[in-house]
Amino acid sequence: MERLNQKTKMTASIIACIALVVLLVLSYTNTGTTSMLRSVLQLGSIYALAAASMNLLNGFTGLFSLGHAGFMAIGAYTYAVLTIPVNKKANVYYLYGVADSLANVALPNWLGLIIGGIAAAIIAALIGAAVLRLKSDYFAIATLGLAEIVRICVASSPMARITNGSLGLKNIPGFTNIGFIPAYFVPFIVVAICLVIMFLLINCSYGRAFKAIREDEIAAEAMGINLARHKQMSFIISSFFAGIAGALLAMFLGAIQSTTFPLMLTYNILLIVVIGGMGSLSGSIISAFLVIAAKEWWLRFLDVEQYIGDWQVPLLRTGFRMVVFSVILMVVVLFWRQGIMGQKEFSWDGVYNFFRRLKTKFRGKNTKAAAEGGNANE
Amino acid sequence: MSNQNVLRVCDATMQFGGVVAVNNLNLEVNKGEIIGLIGPNGAGKTTAFNVITGVYAPTNGAVELNGERIVENHPQGKMRELYNGENLGKYNDVKVLTPDRITKLGVARTFQNIRLFKNLTVFDNVLIAKHMNMKGNIFSDVFRINRKEEDRMKAETLELLRILGLEEHKDDIATSLPYGKQRHLEIARALATKPSLLLLDEPAAGMNPQESDDLMKFVGRIRNDFDLSILMIEHHMQVIMGICDRIYVLDYGTLIAEGTPAEIQNNPKVIEAYLGVDE
Amino acid sequence: MTNFLQYILAGISIGSIYALIAIGYTMVYGILRLINFAHGDIFMMAAYFMIFAMVDFMIPWYISMFIMIIATIVLGVLIEKIAYKPLRTAPRMSIMISAIGVSYLLQNLATYLFSALPKQYPSIPILNTTVHFGEASTSLVTILTPIICVGCVFGLLALVKYTKVGMAMRAVSKDFETAQLMGIQINNIISLTFVIGCGLAAVGSILYFTPRPSVFPLAGSLPGLKCFVAAVFGGIGSIPGAVVGGFVVGMCETFMKAVGLSEFSDVFTFVLLIIVLMFRPTGLFGEKMAEKV
Repeated sequence: MERLNQKTKMTASIIACIALVVLLVLSYTNTGTTSMLRSVLQLGSIYALAAASMNLLNGFTGLFSLGHAGFMAIGAYTYAVLTIPVNKKANVYYLYGVADSLANVALPNWLGLIIGGIAAAIIAALIGAAVLRLKSDYFAIATLGLAEIVRICVASSPMARITNGSLGLKNIPGFTNIGFIPAYFVPFIVVAICLVIMFLLINCSYGRAFKAIREDEIAAEAMGINLARHKQMSFIISSFFAGIAGALLAMFLGAIQSTTFPLMLTYNILLIVVIGGMGSLSGSIISAFLVIAAKEWWLRFLDVEQYIGDWQVPLLRTGFRMVVFSVILMVVVLFWRQGIMGQKEFSWDGVYNFFRRLKTKFRGKNTKAAAEGGNANE
Repeated sequence: MSNQNVLRVCDATMQFGGVVAVNNLNLEVNKGEIIGLIGPNGAGKTTAFNVITGVYAPTNGAVELNGERIVENHPQGKMRELYNGENLGKYNDVKVLTPDRITKLGVARTFQNIRLFKNLTVFDNVLIAKHMNMKGNIFSDVFRINRKEEDRMKAETLELLRILGLEEHKDDIATSLPYGKQRHLEIARALATKPSLLLLDEPAAGMNPQESDDLMKFVGRIRNDFDLSILMIEHHMQVIMGICDRIYVLDYGTLIAEGTPAEIQNNPKVIEAYLGVDE
Repeated sequence: MTNFLQYILAGISIGSIYALIAIGYTMVYGILRLINFAHGDIFMMAAYFMIFAMVDFMIPWYISMFIMIIATIVLGVLIEKIAYKPLRTAPRMSIMISAIGVSYLLQNLATYLFSALPKQYPSIPILNTTVHFGEASTSLVTILTPIICVGCVFGLLALVKYTKVGMAMRAVSKDFETAQLMGIQINNIISLTFVIGCGLAAVGSILYFTPRPSVFPLAGSLPGLKCFVAAVFGGIGSIPGAVVGGFVVGMCETFMKAVGLSEFSDVFTFVLLIIVLMFRPTGLFGEKMAEKV
């Protein structure tokens, strides 16, 4: 494996960052772009955060959690309950009325966002101590149970004056301009900050300790790593970011219900993590954008009956998209278990070597073709 | 060599259900000694290690490190009726430490079937062992507030790899190393926790005579360089006889002999345990 | 008093259905160490097969029932062959993800094939006749359910205990590799496990959906989870455990409804799960397994 020097890498990174920002700005200013692209990008970034936070637990610490939708629901509901403008509350809680203590509460949305994350983290801290003692499958099923408990409680009648029961909440404040930065960019900025923190985490000593636990719990413990404490930390951090992702989702959607966070949501995020590679944050990010774009945009045509001339393309009708999607997931799980990135992170060395391999392969083919076809190419 | 006591296992009994894996084990390691723990398969050697390192709490008995009692237990719950060992009532405290706490107190170990962090690099494998002594908390670590600490850990790791001759492999994935090197790496990782007592569980398993000879020299060297006391389980008799100051022999969980290599070699009980008796 | 009796009957009835499905979970887990997340969806598919046979093809119910049971079994075995078998040597997490993938696929497939709108479950006339018990009245299916359940369980226990195949199953669940070395055809045993599990799920689906109005693609998801809870509660891997767990979960659920907390009946199930896991991580009848160091 060849390595590039530090300077080239820096330049490449700077160029890539500028290119990304320019592309984002273009997607905003260019009137030619569809609103579909914009919402796919926003939703993609939110899912990227959700997937990365799940990966932190499942891929880096080796704790197979299926409770993600629950923590996202906590973040989303906390954000929504705290930020719905006072003058719109009557409209939202038209059936049950609003709890007295909340009647005059409307926090700024950035504060709501952070509190959403913290609420999810606190719940994780409370139940983590108990649930984390369970071994692999049992942990998965217990977290799954927790997510269902959250979902049912949120929709239950005793909570109606806070969460509006099964009616859900609406008029949730969305993204707003920050100074001169238009609202459109807010989710990207929030997600970018969270992802940078996560990248810092996985590359520091605590991140290494998490990986050690994933690789071999018993050896990790023998190396002086306190299993309970580190698992707890990982669980709390993952839940915090899941809470933030949930709050961002609430901002993006503007209205939420308990059914916004079903088990299927956890499965969707798991799918993104698996396609991206368990144990690779950059994989999760790439895969989140790919999956969301494919699901919400590129594969939309599968749900609509299509005609080529007079001939109706078979199979295409509502629901086919999701079938294709699940088949893709199964194919990835069965034949391509590493996903896009495996356990590696994105690096310029990786990109460079990928293209070099591609080139040698291509050249190999070319020389073969040239040998067969004589000098026809020239 | 001073005669200061590093490890003392006092009347340790480990019983699983009705099966007594280790029975009334008494064992001492003094400062600077290399002690061998031998016995036929299933004699309870690894179980003894697991008791010392906190993987299991002994059913009855205690473990002392540098004169301080770190583990103590007596039969509890259902075990009270099942227990059929000795020294009941001698140990009344309940003190159980998790393995990570015991590692922090200066006891490091390797495993019988190598347990490396398989998909991580050699460097990271050793660096992880430095985590427990890191100053600062997760925030200062994530936001790179104490860069110096990280730099110190990395420098120490590099130094250790250099001393142990693993420097050239530092960026390799642990499992890509040849088998013998993996054993070395496991020892290196254990040393990175700065132990005063090192427990080696069959370090020469699967090695040819040449390799085990090298390993023996290696163990002797690290004992001197790192100021260690070593307790090792081993089946290679040349290794054990060549390097150990004293040897303990376990059979069916019970200590049947202890002494210098010469004494052990001529002990009829030991010969019987290994070869069986002529009838 | 009448109400009380009625609740008891309902509790026993739903409990025995849960028990039937929980057996499927517990057997697969016992042998493959896999939480078959797709089991609840297989149960849902069974209901659709029944609708298909009876409504779309107008086959009388007693023949439809057999067709449906066979179709469900074929589906289950196919899933095992395609989605689980290639992953025998893969890490536990991969095979669990594969199971989740199958569940995801089945739900989406059902939505595509049968649409997300609820479909009416065909009524089987005999099962719906009303039976009077003093003052309490209930449909025959409520009475029949526990009887069928007990019959199935005893049959299964006899199979596991007294036949050669049963012995092989027990051997495989104790130690996969050694069993293989002893000449047991692992793949056949695993297939058989899926046959039994899916067969019971199919029977369960008739009993479950008959008194209920409709079937929809997510109808198997929640009962599936609850039955898994039942299996864990009883100690996963143990058949009597699954039955006891099924009854406990069913009874608890019914009583939560009886005292007017029906909103929280499912919460209670999951809280029960978590509490059981905390104090007896291997369930009531589960065996303790320690990792070798």
